[in-house]
Amino acid sequence: MTDKELTPDTPAEDRKIGVYICHCGGNISDYVDVEAVRDALVDEPGVVVSTTELFACSDGTQHDMIDAIKEKGLDGLVVASCSPKLHQVTFRNVAKRAGMNPYAYTQANVREQASWAHQHDREGATEKVIGLVRSAVAKTRLSDELEPLRFDTVQRSLVIGGGIAGLRAAIGLADIGLEAVVVEKAPEVGGWIGRLGATFPSDASGKEQIASMMAQIKDRRDITVYTNAELTSKAGTFGNYTVGITLHREGGDKELSLDVGSIIVATGFDSYNPDEGEYGYGMDGVVTLPEFKEMIDAAPAVGRLSYQGRPVRSVAYIYCVGSRQEAGGNEYCSKYCCTAAIHSSLLVGKVDPSIRQYHLYRDIRAYGKFELEYGASRGAGSTYVKFADDAPPTVEKLPKGGLGVTVTDLLTTSHEVTIPVDLVVLVTGMVPRENKSLIDLLKLPLGTDGFFNEIHPKLRPVETVVDGVMIAGCCQAPRTAAESVQAGLAAVAQSAALLKKGYAELEPLVALVDPEKCVGSGECLSVCPYESITMIEWDGRKVASVDPSTCKGCGGCVPLCGVDAIDLLGYTDAQMRAAIEELISVEGPIVEAVKEPVS
Amino acid sequence: MSGSHQPGSSPRILVFSTINISDPGIDLAGSRHLEYPATVQTMPVPCSSGLKPSWLIHALEKGFDGVFVASDGEECSYLPDCAERTAHIIAQTQELMAAKGIPAQRLKMAAVCSVCAEPFANYMREFSEALKRLDADASVA
Repeated sequence: MTDKELTPDTPAEDRKIGVYICHCGGNISDYVDVEAVRDALVDEPGVVVSTTELFACSDGTQHDMIDAIKEKGLDGLVVASCSPKLHQVTFRNVAKRAGMNPYAYTQANVREQASWAHQHDREGATEKVIGLVRSAVAKTRLSDELEPLRFDTVQRSLVIGGGIAGLRAAIGLADIGLEAVVVEKAPEVGGWIGRLGATFPSDASGKEQIASMMAQIKDRRDITVYTNAELTSKAGTFGNYTVGITLHREGGDKELSLDVGSIIVATGFDSYNPDEGEYGYGMDGVVTLPEFKEMIDAAPAVGRLSYQGRPVRSVAYIYCVGSRQEAGGNEYCSKYCCTAAIHSSLLVGKVDPSIRQYHLYRDIRAYGKFELEYGASRGAGSTYVKFADDAPPTVEKLPKGGLGVTVTDLLTTSHEVTIPVDLVVLVTGMVPRENKSLIDLLKLPLGTDGFFNEIHPKLRPVETVVDGVMIAGCCQAPRTAAESVQAGLAAVAQSAALLKKGYAELEPLVALVDPEKCVGSGECLSVCPYESITMIEWDGRKVASVDPSTCKGCGGCVPLCGVDAIDLLGYTDAQMRAAIEELISVEGPIVEAVKEPVS
Repeated sequence: MSGSHQPGSSPRILVFSTINISDPGIDLAGSRHLEYPATVQTMPVPCSSGLKPSWLIHALEKGFDGVFVASDGEECSYLPDCAERTAHIIAQTQELMAAKGIPAQRLKMAAVCSVCAEPFANYMREFSEALKRLDADASVA
């Protein structure tokens, strides 16, 4: 360890920063000279500790850091290690446990963005890391004492949508000790699943699944379900929202006001509705997958599969209708429809195994254990015919009656064949549900596919940019019922993590207006979509002010202030300039290493 | 001042990334060991719409040969008009660069998504080569 001890001459106003450079086993130190980095940082202004660690994130090292912070009176911490996505929270908590302000911690990303990216350039990577760590020290040196904004949290969550994801989430919330209020726009709960008979993969009845959930809900006092109801207003902030619910009742609407800590949006999807003439849609005998599922569910009662009173002896399924379209259409894959169609064919086989079934597909995406359904369907006699993306099947009426589906079989003879069938099933995917008023009310971000957008698909998969508002089920993306339930339960876990402590903390890295500089033009008011900026009276004049409880910390207002009166805490003008200067401060020419190109 | 890197050396590039979108994409480039010049430094910010043109100019004036804004594009979870806002910041910066005699080619912007590892590595290699050509042309002139 190379420590620079504090001396009595150290000015009191100087920061005392500890710098820890992680070997990450060898993930960093195999490609970066971490000792050279440590030595380069020793004499940086404000650096009191500069040391290397084999694993900075290990329990032992965390304890050593805490001891050093306490013993040396450190008021700033820099760890040069992996991506902040992995351990920023870890080291902020180290700072907190040691009594240091957690926002005096800065992580330098020297693994993903240095050692792993420059494995054939040790000298260049080392110089880069020195710059990155110096830059982190510069930001820490100028960091402010920030405290998270603390609010008491309401121990109740609102679930919007009473489909399978929403109902299961409500039960999960109650199980974990949070009161749940479900708001369903339709007269009945259950959504799509509540209308279905046997569902894949276990043949469990959708109707029975919903009925079972509702039986549980009726026995519980901590879950309330409102049907014919919708969210019509929202005020307050995460942890303590006040929502307005309109109950559509005979004799007039009733208004209800509730305090909730979090909101889980599970509003579901719509099924793709083919255009008239699309694969023969509109023609007698051409139906969508949901329409076909109703026929299958009705079949056991009458003992046969029938369409408009006529027996069905043969079926052709055309896959990917409304999915994986050309640019401008629905470019995404709906994921569930391959397995749903395959499962439907198995159900048809149970009604009457002699019904001939032809599956015309682009690709079969029966992933995971659904592959077994695919195998079972083929084993039961279904015929699968692959067609090229640019040569979709065509549907026409045959002169003798019935329908003809013409397709070129890509995998066998590549001959064009016309298959006579009684029924054509268009295997339609999911599309985002039209819900403009809810989107406007909650300010939910939409992805390019029109579904609600999470912050990050892997790291924060059910959270949205609106704190305390989570998404679950098919309003987020096409998925199966089981996956929707999983997402609903993930939103429950996230709600519990946010609310169960009894208080919530918001990141203090928000925009801040310097009233001395603000000239009160009001131009910044219109640039914040979250309406976080208002005008206030200050020292006898009007100036802009940011509400930290609603500011999202994007910084979008910062460059739009004509007099540089707005700073984003954690990314202030002074911090950014100092960090830039330190990044470029490494002395000496950086010689390009001779290396094999890696693609 | 920008454009001062030595012959045979690699131009210094500052990348402004975004914490939720492009920075994970840059992380992924490292995780996949997609190499790009070590003279590329990255500075994450919450959203590319929050970049001040003066910071971009500051980087160029302090010695970076190029600045690359890895923007959120259409995926920004904060601002629906993020792409337009960032484009406006770039346009403002280019005006300032022109006034200071800094070639517009030293500033680039592209949307980098959270899984855009290969595009990012390619952008860096291409931008580095473009800056080398720019300096070579300048030295000939």
